[in-house]
Amino acid sequence: MTPLLKLPKKILVLGSGALKIGEAGEFDYSGSQAIKAFKEEGIKTVLINPNIATIQTSESLADKVYFLPVEVEFVGQVLEKERPDAIAVSFGGQTALNCAIKLYEKGILKKYGVRVLGTPMDSVILTEDRDMFSKHLSSIGAPAPASRAAESVEAAVAFAKEIGYPVMIRAAFALGGQKSGVAYNEEELKETAKNALVFSSQVLIDKYLHHYKELEYEIVRDAEDNCVTVCNMENMDPLGIHTGESIVVAPSQTLNNFEYHTLRSAAISIIKTLNIIGECNIQFGLNPHPKKGRIEYYVIEVNARLSRSSALASKATGYPLAYVAAKIQLGYRLSEIKNQVTSVTQSFFEPALDYVVVKIPRWDLEKFKNVKSSLGSSMKSVGEVMSIGRTFEEALQKAIRMLDIGYQGVLDKKFPDDKCDIIKEAKTPTPKRIFALAEALKRGITVEKLSKETGIDPWFLSRIKNIVDTQVSFQKEPKLNRETILHLKQLGFSDRKIGLLCGKTELEMRQERKKLEVIPAVLQIDTLAGEVPAKTNYLYLTYNATYHDIEPFHKEGIIVLGSGPYRIGSSVEFDWTNVHTVLALKQHHHSSIVINCNPETVSTDYDISDRLYFDEISFERVADVYEFEQSQGMIISVGGQRPNNNAKKFAAYNIPIIGTQADDIDRAEDRNKFSDLLDSLHVPQPEWNKFVTVEEAKSFSNRVGYPVLIRPSYVLSGSAMNVCYNESDLLEFIEMATDVSKEHPITVSKFIEDAQEIEFDGIAQNGELKVYAVSEHVENAGVHSGDATIVFPPQRIYLQTEQKIVSIAKQLVAALKVTGPCNIQFISKNRKVYVIEMNVRASRTLPFISKATGINFADILVDALFGKAKRIEVEYKDYVVVKAPQFSFARLEGADPVLRVEMSSTGEAAAFGEDVEEALLKAELSVGATRPKKGIFVSIGGDENKVKLLSTLLRIHKLGLPIYATEKTHKFMKANGIPSKRLYKIHEQMSPTVLDCFKQGKIDLAINVTDYRERDGLQGYYVIRRSAIDNNIHLIMDREKAFLFVKALTEKKDKDLLVKAWGEYR
Amino acid sequence: MNTKLLLQDGTEFLGTSFGAPHSVSGEVVFSTGMVGYPESLTDPSFKGQILVLTYPLVGNYGVPDPVYWESEKIQISGLIVSQYIDTPSHFESKRTLSQWLKDEQIPAIEMKDTRFLAQKIRNDGSPLGKILISDHISFHDPNKDNLVAQVSAKEVKKEGKGNKTIVLIDCGSKENIKRNLLRRGLQVITVPWDYDVFASDFKFDAILISNGPGDPKMADKTIETAKKALEHKVPTMGICLGNQILSLAAGGDTFKLKFGHRGQNQPVVLEGSKKCFLTTQNHGFAIGEMPDGFKPWFTNGNDGTNEGIIHTKYPFMSVQFHPEAMCGPFDTEWIFDYFIERL
Repeated sequence: MTPLLKLPKKILVLGSGALKIGEAGEFDYSGSQAIKAFKEEGIKTVLINPNIATIQTSESLADKVYFLPVEVEFVGQVLEKERPDAIAVSFGGQTALNCAIKLYEKGILKKYGVRVLGTPMDSVILTEDRDMFSKHLSSIGAPAPASRAAESVEAAVAFAKEIGYPVMIRAAFALGGQKSGVAYNEEELKETAKNALVFSSQVLIDKYLHHYKELEYEIVRDAEDNCVTVCNMENMDPLGIHTGESIVVAPSQTLNNFEYHTLRSAAISIIKTLNIIGECNIQFGLNPHPKKGRIEYYVIEVNARLSRSSALASKATGYPLAYVAAKIQLGYRLSEIKNQVTSVTQSFFEPALDYVVVKIPRWDLEKFKNVKSSLGSSMKSVGEVMSIGRTFEEALQKAIRMLDIGYQGVLDKKFPDDKCDIIKEAKTPTPKRIFALAEALKRGITVEKLSKETGIDPWFLSRIKNIVDTQVSFQKEPKLNRETILHLKQLGFSDRKIGLLCGKTELEMRQERKKLEVIPAVLQIDTLAGEVPAKTNYLYLTYNATYHDIEPFHKEGIIVLGSGPYRIGSSVEFDWTNVHTVLALKQHHHSSIVINCNPETVSTDYDISDRLYFDEISFERVADVYEFEQSQGMIISVGGQRPNNNAKKFAAYNIPIIGTQADDIDRAEDRNKFSDLLDSLHVPQPEWNKFVTVEEAKSFSNRVGYPVLIRPSYVLSGSAMNVCYNESDLLEFIEMATDVSKEHPITVSKFIEDAQEIEFDGIAQNGELKVYAVSEHVENAGVHSGDATIVFPPQRIYLQTEQKIVSIAKQLVAALKVTGPCNIQFISKNRKVYVIEMNVRASRTLPFISKATGINFADILVDALFGKAKRIEVEYKDYVVVKAPQFSFARLEGADPVLRVEMSSTGEAAAFGEDVEEALLKAELSVGATRPKKGIFVSIGGDENKVKLLSTLLRIHKLGLPIYATEKTHKFMKANGIPSKRLYKIHEQMSPTVLDCFKQGKIDLAINVTDYRERDGLQGYYVIRRSAIDNNIHLIMDREKAFLFVKALTEKKDKDLLVKAWGEYR
Repeated sequence: MNTKLLLQDGTEFLGTSFGAPHSVSGEVVFSTGMVGYPESLTDPSFKGQILVLTYPLVGNYGVPDPVYWESEKIQISGLIVSQYIDTPSHFESKRTLSQWLKDEQIPAIEMKDTRFLAQKIRNDGSPLGKILISDHISFHDPNKDNLVAQVSAKEVKKEGKGNKTIVLIDCGSKENIKRNLLRRGLQVITVPWDYDVFASDFKFDAILISNGPGDPKMADKTIETAKKALEHKVPTMGICLGNQILSLAAGGDTFKLKFGHRGQNQPVVLEGSKKCFLTTQNHGFAIGEMPDGFKPWFTNGNDGTNEGIIHTKYPFMSVQFHPEAMCGPFDTEWIFDYFIERL
């Protein structure tokens, strides 16, 4: 291999920062593959990415990591310090690309003589500026929908009049279609355009292609103009639903050869005119009923970088797109890059699939208050699953189960019988639309009618109908013969579902099925549909085949369960521990078998595990894999809560669990048992009890005193958890919680206010702690630990408190005979320590703790599993690390950004600093905060809060910016000699109002601390909080956080935010 | 209706019939293309073969009007798919795949182990097989028949207008070869495989030897014609079987590949460059010995086998892949331009 260009010596790789809606784990995958591809060539890599939970920021990958914001100021300083000769900008999503464009436009890249790898910056800018792009398309004769950029609402309206409604409005330079939508009339256009113009100086108005099909092609092109489309994908939802929000299939199902290849050729010729070098994605709209000719299509968009779709395409085909793109960017030709999957062919080819792939997004909209649930051209989903089957039905039903939202198949969601207008439910794109489609078909709505209403191709609806009809007829007459059961399995029905339909338990059904010799086959994803023997480790299970492609690993194999789709509460941090566990297994000479179904993860990369089953993490599927592989055992503690939930079932089925045993896991997770354990060890806990009646809950709450915390039994990221400050809160939340889980009683516990929350992470072996670390929350208890700002080492904990914590942890670890990871949450008030929760699995904080301490807890974890862990004492060094939550409220129209015991953040970023202020400010700047330059809005509820924040208000005054405040805060400041401008709330009917001020762009920091006791106040400020989000104003809602953030702002100048690599802190 | 596929070595696969309800025998081959079943089924190169499609869902977009086919009828002997889709959805669909197969008397079965079958064919070579439905029949090796004679045009046909005339020797030509020539403003005279153009009364500027089924050595008359073309220095192009015929006529030889090339994703590299093209292919033989005066034109990007030859001095050239595509990528359509520019 001889690259076309001289290889660089050192490459700066830009990451994508914290996970957010529209930019998630897929960029950990792409960045990690790129770094590997560069390293293989002996090139030094420097990575900027503040996302401490990622795999790419691990020691084993980049040579140097900067946990700093991916912002021009910081990247510029790193360039100056590191002097790399090249920069890789296409592996870190829109964040990296936007930053690169700024660096380029400001001449910073030129100044330091840095070569941009891959696609030239001018081409990137061309594809990003929608108006220029649209002109380019016309100039090369590519069909583009009538489109124009507008810089004002008026211009947008004028153009819409010209081309006619409906029109599509999109903000330029925005990730994941932020602030975009379809307008059917002038009013809707005005509103959407106005919102979009807050985030972007330009909106693009397009002719809206009603009920067109949406197709995507993933393309790679090398510097010698060799070009292939690695995968095409078809959105099940018609054009208008963001591809990240759509159910997507690969390959396309409804295109014939002529359409498939006409679009493919168009894609290639467009990409050539753009001079893309590396990877890109192109989206088309295709008219299902062309008015003339054989084909009528339009080019919708080109992404000149690795994207969510490319991650999906990579996992769907087995073609390592990011790795290949990185090699191309170094100057290699496609034909010189080995096909990593077959090991015998090369990379200039287009994978042939002999299976069908279905992707379904995972939304968590129910976790947000007031959020608008309809889907459209901007993203709201927080994760996705990908399933592989050999019928569409099989893949679809697998995917529904992979979502882990409690449904076994398409007919599982109940819609009210009579009153519900099922066609309307099916017509409105929402997360439940797929279920509404099935229900509508069940209720006798025809495929034709449904297709006409929804714009979904009849092909998909017919397949769904096949599932519906099969289920209905089986339910009517459940025949348990081989033919029937096999047929059901081939259409993707789970054992549990079949059992429910014929009155059997899941296990009975499983036994019945095995007796009938209905067993899934293990097939390989080999990129060439079996044409060439492949050495691939990439596998899935299907009932639409009877021969296995591989032999079991037997006892040398160890199964490691992944975490499934990213969701609020379970994200890349679990994949980090998973990947490092798998890597460590190699050191112990075991073969790793990963089961996961999330295409955004690194754990599902081709080169991580010895075997990857891209499949469900359900009991049924895991048991299938276990029975096929005849493995030594299974690790369930490194995939978040999902694998843990089945611990008892696995144990009952005699699947050996490596690590803490199921009974002991249960003793930690079952509140009654855990509480008894705490009592028996004399460990304090907030008083609590379980209740089945409202009366009991009421009298308990009155006795212990409000506030109280209520929640259901098994908790994932605080589902249905709430703090009640009075009886009416209690009654309201009990009603809500009962809907969540009827079988389970409600738990009520005393909520201790103004208490500090402390995290304990440890690894134990046979009940003996081997390593641990303690970190503290900035916010007081009551903010979910996933939403909290976490500091290591703790700054405010008394030595005695820490000693108590460690001693309690030792007791608990011993009592539960913990082997492997555990996380305990403590609260401390007035030097008294209480335990509030314990998880006997790797926690969200494990990667943070590992990187902050410089000790890889995952390695020790695996040592512990095999009885080889050594005792390691974590030393407190002279630096501080702060992890800050990333929220994505701007994406979720209407959502209340208030912080609660329920988690709502989508990601995190962390930074190192000489002290907590420096680290915090860097971390905050990484998650969207900016230094205020215009004005600061302050509104502090409650007298106590005001007094506690007086020093903060004085500091804000020192910043010398105009301060705006609401009535009481204004008065309080005035009384304390701090000048501020009074703003009015809408109901006060006076001006200037808070909202006006926000809209006029006078404010760039809003501090809105609410007294949670005043529910009216809490709700009353919703409009203000939401408006801050909608106007892109950094919002702080927590008292302690406000204190520390303002302190950092005033004490740390830009020059104090040191640009130091991770290694320089150790 | 329950049915089965039986291979010569005794391997048996159970399935369900969705085509014509009678038995058929032939050579079992596979293709890995994910789209283009109407094109493949009407491709005369598949004459005598039972075709296995590795992409598991087939029938999705029904069957279009015959003007979009690659010949006037289904050419395969039988079809094997994993899941037959009887609910097609496409504006061009005129009937279901099942109906078409029944209308044209072609048996077809749905069976789950198409991947295993493809792997078996890949390892052992294409076996003889039979789809058994109602009647019992014996195995039949189509390669012993003169398949070219079966699928070739029966008479001479002139089409199109243009300054230049090209003779298309139809050894089982796909329609899209002719469409490509006509689109480029040539007059096309299609002749049967055994027609002696040099004894004819019409003038022509070039010859194109088409694709076709079976063993090239059986097309002896076509090889004779090709020899004359070389002697008379008539510009000649060959596609697929035409490539092998031209090579044999020029004194080259062919050999059997360990793994054939069967799909729409075969990379070929243009000799003397780093340019790669993606092509449709369906063949088990390749040119081994380069004929005198010729040099390699294209090479397979995966296994390095020859994919086309070109004469060092005269406009004689041929390719093993399908520049006319249908099905498959259009990336090498430029071969037609390249040839025509040299007339």
